[in-house]
Amino acid sequence: MFRLENVSKKFGELTVLQPTTLAFEPGKSTVLIGPSGCGKSTLLRLLVGLLQPDSGTIHFDGTELKASNLLQMRHRMGYVIQDGGLFPHLTAAENVGLMARYLKWSADKIRTRVEELADLTRLPKAALDRYPAQISGGQRQRVGIMRALMLDPPVMLLDEPMGALDPLVRYDLQEDLLKIFRTLNKTAITVTHDMGEAGFFGDHIIMLGEGRIVQQGKLDEMISNPANDFVARFVRAQRLPTLTQQGGLS
Amino acid sequence: MNHRTIALSVSSLTFYALSLFGLTVAVRAEPPQVNIGSKAFTESVILGEMAAHLARHAGAEVRHRAELGGTQILWQALTSGEIDAYVEYTGTIREEIVADAARAGAAFDSEQSMRDALAQQHVVMSQRIGFNNTYALGMRRSVAERLNIRCISDLQKHPELALGLSDEFYERQDGWHPLQQKYQLPQTQIRVMEHNLAYRGLEKDAVQVTDLYTTDPEIKFYDLVALEDDLAFFPTYYAVVLMRDDLERRAPSVAASILKMEGLIDPQAMSSMSAQVRLDRKLETVVAGEFLNKSLHLSLQLPSSSMSAQVGRFLSKILHTTLEHLFLVVISLGFAIAIAIPLGIAASRNEAIGQTVLGVVGVIQTLPSMALLVFMMPFFALFDMGIGPAPAIMALFLYSLLPIVRGTYSGIRQIPAAMRESAEVLGLDSGARLRLVELPLALPSILSGIKTAAVINVGTATIGALIGAGGYGSPILTGIRLNDLSLILQGAIPAAVLALVVQYGFGLLEKRIVSPGLQPK
Ligand SMILES: Nc1ncnc2c1ncn2[C@@H]1O[C@H](COP(=O)(O)OP(=O)(O)O)[C@@H](O)[C@H]1O
Ligand SMILES: [Mg+2]
Repeated sequence: MFRLENVSKKFGELTVLQPTTLAFEPGKSTVLIGPSGCGKSTLLRLLVGLLQPDSGTIHFDGTELKASNLLQMRHRMGYVIQDGGLFPHLTAAENVGLMARYLKWSADKIRTRVEELADLTRLPKAALDRYPAQISGGQRQRVGIMRALMLDPPVMLLDEPMGALDPLVRYDLQEDLLKIFRTLNKTAITVTHDMGEAGFFGDHIIMLGEGRIVQQGKLDEMISNPANDFVARFVRAQRLPTLTQQGGLS
Repeated sequence: MNHRTIALSVSSLTFYALSLFGLTVAVRAEPPQVNIGSKAFTESVILGEMAAHLARHAGAEVRHRAELGGTQILWQALTSGEIDAYVEYTGTIREEIVADAARAGAAFDSEQSMRDALAQQHVVMSQRIGFNNTYALGMRRSVAERLNIRCISDLQKHPELALGLSDEFYERQDGWHPLQQKYQLPQTQIRVMEHNLAYRGLEKDAVQVTDLYTTDPEIKFYDLVALEDDLAFFPTYYAVVLMRDDLERRAPSVAASILKMEGLIDPQAMSSMSAQVRLDRKLETVVAGEFLNKSLHLSLQLPSSSMSAQVGRFLSKILHTTLEHLFLVVISLGFAIAIAIPLGIAASRNEAIGQTVLGVVGVIQTLPSMALLVFMMPFFALFDMGIGPAPAIMALFLYSLLPIVRGTYSGIRQIPAAMRESAEVLGLDSGARLRLVELPLALPSILSGIKTAAVINVGTATIGALIGAGGYGSPILTGIRLNDLSLILQGAIPAAVLALVVQYGFGLLEKRIVSPGLQPK
């Protein structure tokens, strides 16, 4: 779905991404994991065209991303950030339906689709006509996901979507999100720094460190067979229950 | 105050203007149109009314642009043809109008030399109207007669007299000190006091001599005499008519009629007329007309002074000034909104443009309004709009830019980056992002900029009166000139009320058009 060839990115002197070649397979759920500041968000922002690579090319669905085709391409990507990134001046339903309105869908069609998405993400109907400031954090996140799904894009990109939620709300939303990815057969790319969440979502996990990919594969492999000391320390820092025991024995 | 009513009032005004124009064109041999000007003090307004009566009497259609804001404004209006005549003083002509030529070496020691210089600029300077409005020393008539004092030199023989002098006269370079030297005045009791107190001091004999203007109405009221300036210390300020020379060609009988003012008014007559306006509260046009009826044996029709006529005039004047004021505010604000919001958007897009735009509109804000008006008059004079609402609207428009530009700029700049990126990543084009996201989010800030501009505008529009644009500034200006508090309040109170109404109106508007999601709870 996405193909990166020798993509690199610097901010001034700071190299955030060394030349990287990478592909994201259609229909699969990939998780980007790594410590804070390692460049996860930067990579995601390169994919949606909020940043331009210093070198290399990015292909989306076989077409190279360029300034000229970005607008169209974005209609086929759903991007979700922490706390939803909702527009405070629009109600939940208006936030979700904004793009459809821009694309001149009929009001009926928009309302039907919005309610369908509310069912899918288990958002109470009553929340639809409230403003972002009037609903809970978990509900805001669900509205953000609905907005990303509105045009039924094949790809979902999520940057720490659970970052602002307390554990119980987070648990429910993780369940719901995974179900959505599976039933709608979405290509999903999720950024997290939580190993548990990575294992739960990720068919494939990519660990970033210091601007490059340090290891990729399944969660089990990273735990049992870390590629280097960096991965080992990162895994240990997560204090997974099984690991604490192992750490205690060795 | 929505766009519809603005459009409506503009179009109805245009219609009104066009139909007036049509009428004047249609009517047979049209009477000559003559515009008279006057400055913002009583004597000048009375003389303006007198010139207007005389021109009307000779068959002209006359408009008196009364109480314009000063010599420069009147002189520009005269040379650009927006007024045809006004009354000026020889001293002012010397000091302000031909001052450049004087500095360049020309000598204006005689009135004829000024007359010649003005003729070069196609302005006719009449012979003296008769009185010299300058500083003088004055005493109560009874005291002066008892002590046999007629001229300033006579004061040398009376060192016991006490003088009550106004602060300004005492301090001036050409005031008390050189006067004392020139006349070798021996008095030692000199008190600097407010002018009104000095008059009262004369009445109570606490002081015996004060400085005054030769045509002050108080001269008559307190029965004073102005001592003759026998050593010609004070510069002369003889009143003369300044008139465009084309009026003599265009309407010779009107020009001749106006020039009947030559030699017509002596100092006593002038100060008596000022007294009737300032002390008896008679209308300038009535005072001027009655004087002409008596001295030239005319029979001019004059407005009634009855109580009911006065109440009617009062109400229609308030309505009229309100409409004029709203016109200034609404039109200038409308233009400012149309220009400043796009400017603010452009400024928010690009740092360099932003700094430039904010810098320029910020500098405009600091220009004194009077300077701005005088600066713009010659430009508008090209379109025959040098006096009247146009320059005032332009000035108000310029003053309104900063708050609105700044409100728009900072409203857009304050939008969090995450919000901006959300809009971008959704796939909205830049126009749609502006329309659907940025402007609605910036709306509270934009509205508060417009509100600030509107409130400032309501207050500042009072300067419109200085260039004949009317509005609440007119009663304020007249009130200041007549020292009439009630008249000042007639302008100041409605202006304050209007400012409150604007403030409240914008509060309601904000509730209506700003998204509830952005309203504080
Ligand atoms: N627009 C930017 N300008 C300069 N530095 C940036 C910018 N965006 C991110 N960075 C820096 O790049 C590094 C990686 O940032 P980011 O991709 O947000 O990390 P992560 O999401 O993995 O925590 C950080 O050091 C961050 O400070
Ligand atoms: Mg991040």
